[in-house]
Amino acid sequence: MYRYDSYDQSIVDARVDEFRDQVQRRLTGALTEDQFKPLRLMNGLYLQLHAYMLRVAIPYGTLSGKQMRKLGEIAAKYDKGYGHFTTRQNLQYNWIKLADAPDILAELATVEMHAIQTSGNCIRNISSDQYAGVSADEVADPRPWAELLRQWSSFHPEFTYLPRKFKIAVIASDDDRAAMRLHDIGLKLVSKDGVIGAEVYAGGGMGRTPMVAPQIRDFVPEEEIVSYLEACLRVYNRYGRRDNKYKARIKILVHEIGVEDYKRQVEEEFAHMKQLGLNPPVEELDRIRAFFANPAYETGLSEAIDRADPAFALWVDRQVAAHKQPGYAIVNISLKPLTGIPGDASAEQIELVASLAEQYSLDELRVTHAQNLVLPHVKKADLYAIWQKLENAGLAEANLDLITDIIACPGLDYCALANARSIPLAQKIAQRFADAERQAELGELKLKISGCINACGHHHAGHIGILGVDRKGVENFQLSLGGSGAEDTSLGQITGPGFSEDGVVDAIEKVTDLYLAQRESGERFLDTYRRLGMKPFKEAIYG
Amino acid sequence: MKILTGNDLVSGDVIWWAGDGWSRQVGDSADVGDKGDDLARTEEAALRVVGAYVIDATVTDEGVRPAHIKDRIRALGPTVRPDLNLKPNDADAGNWVI
Repeated sequence: MYRYDSYDQSIVDARVDEFRDQVQRRLTGALTEDQFKPLRLMNGLYLQLHAYMLRVAIPYGTLSGKQMRKLGEIAAKYDKGYGHFTTRQNLQYNWIKLADAPDILAELATVEMHAIQTSGNCIRNISSDQYAGVSADEVADPRPWAELLRQWSSFHPEFTYLPRKFKIAVIASDDDRAAMRLHDIGLKLVSKDGVIGAEVYAGGGMGRTPMVAPQIRDFVPEEEIVSYLEACLRVYNRYGRRDNKYKARIKILVHEIGVEDYKRQVEEEFAHMKQLGLNPPVEELDRIRAFFANPAYETGLSEAIDRADPAFALWVDRQVAAHKQPGYAIVNISLKPLTGIPGDASAEQIELVASLAEQYSLDELRVTHAQNLVLPHVKKADLYAIWQKLENAGLAEANLDLITDIIACPGLDYCALANARSIPLAQKIAQRFADAERQAELGELKLKISGCINACGHHHAGHIGILGVDRKGVENFQLSLGGSGAEDTSLGQITGPGFSEDGVVDAIEKVTDLYLAQRESGERFLDTYRRLGMKPFKEAIYG
Repeated sequence: MKILTGNDLVSGDVIWWAGDGWSRQVGDSADVGDKGDDLARTEEAALRVVGAYVIDATVTDEGVRPAHIKDRIRALGPTVRPDLNLKPNDADAGNWVI
């Protein structure tokens, strides 16, 4: 894992001191709310429905046990005993007091964490593949590049006031586990003639105008990635619309001027950048890369897993993924208990996972954009012990990528922007499909719920997506089918008129019944939908 | 009726104008008539509230009920965490929101 150098630590510490002063000035009236709001947002502090909310950055979703433990301690000490893992691999606290915010940031800084650039029109937390570094099919660990981009984008003076927020994802596998093409810029590391570089995609995103990012470059050599992104951002910063926030994202610019014109301008800017010699030193990437070298894996480990306990065997089959190192496995921890809140974890659960990471996973864990957790380096011989501890803590649900592994934004239960509640609906769907055999029979089925058009719940990318809307003060839910955030990225299509909360659960049951009746061998729900099209599903729903 | 709500500047708690000060209980809300915007400015300047705004509400048998679901959820707390809402012992509290 990356560790701060003295420069990293000093700028984070300085930011804490600066924010402490800003909060003090707000509390004494020296700053009005209009003056203070942009300052608190730059430190991840929102004013939400019930209280202040603090969004903590988890760079590319990677945490040490010590960092995770600190997140749990803060939840217990300053919040109401829990936190919410988000679809951008971050963590949100829902019940923060303004006067406590500087102390929380100071505590985060002691474990090399912060909340900088988790809000505002700047480059946000760089997201990545939760299997980075442990997946056998990647061309390289994407995290050194994600870290390089984190350093490049942190406090970047030119990109602190972009037309709108800017999200970047970096992956290095053909399997896209990070919804890469639904980001403002997506990078896919590839190898060309033995040289590492990146395919670059620009202009993707969800929100009110969802778009799949087109490829704008098929290869940028690794040493030029930062300069190329600088060129991409410069063109966006110059021409992105600032007159209308709903048209200010890069996807609108790329769409309005066209991919070819955007590419042309980026290439011109890139040619200019090259003359400036702004590529980061190769030594710096090497320095960063050294932090992500393979940990000290043991060799000669057994591949055997004792599957005598059927509940454990079920969990292994669903939650455990292949690791590149013999004798090791990747453990996915579900934060989707059937009656729980997607992405929520109590302080005690956070502490437990921190301990498991330290004891069993070489002191490392990951947060996924699907609001689950991952122990990336687990010896197969330790799986049963881990499962038992997870089971005791209510964290052993075996539902990865099944219909109850629902992504849901906080919705109207917490969010000031939301129009409808996402969480109660997620719970109703999970209970309707609670039967484990039924879930397994349905197979991979990614269901995603957003409580408003901003699409934090990624509904556009759901095999089944649900968008909550406000219909004259009453919650209403639009259903969409056919989205995907994976390597076969697509946007869901709305089925038709919306539903009540109970009505949309019934509609989902009709859709899944049709899938089971019509699927061909080996087809996932998404495959059957793509083969049949919307019409039969619409008929099943609306009659 | 018109009522005034916002968040406590320091704690962030949802608060309701009760006529002579702020309350955590929506049931204490006072009708502010057409004085809400002036009150909001005064109270914000006094650092007692942030993000204050006027909403419509009605008086029912169960007390003051904001007209919009968003404000009813603000008044109660998250419907999915009855242990944290303002009526933790009332199993039916969530239905008040709907």
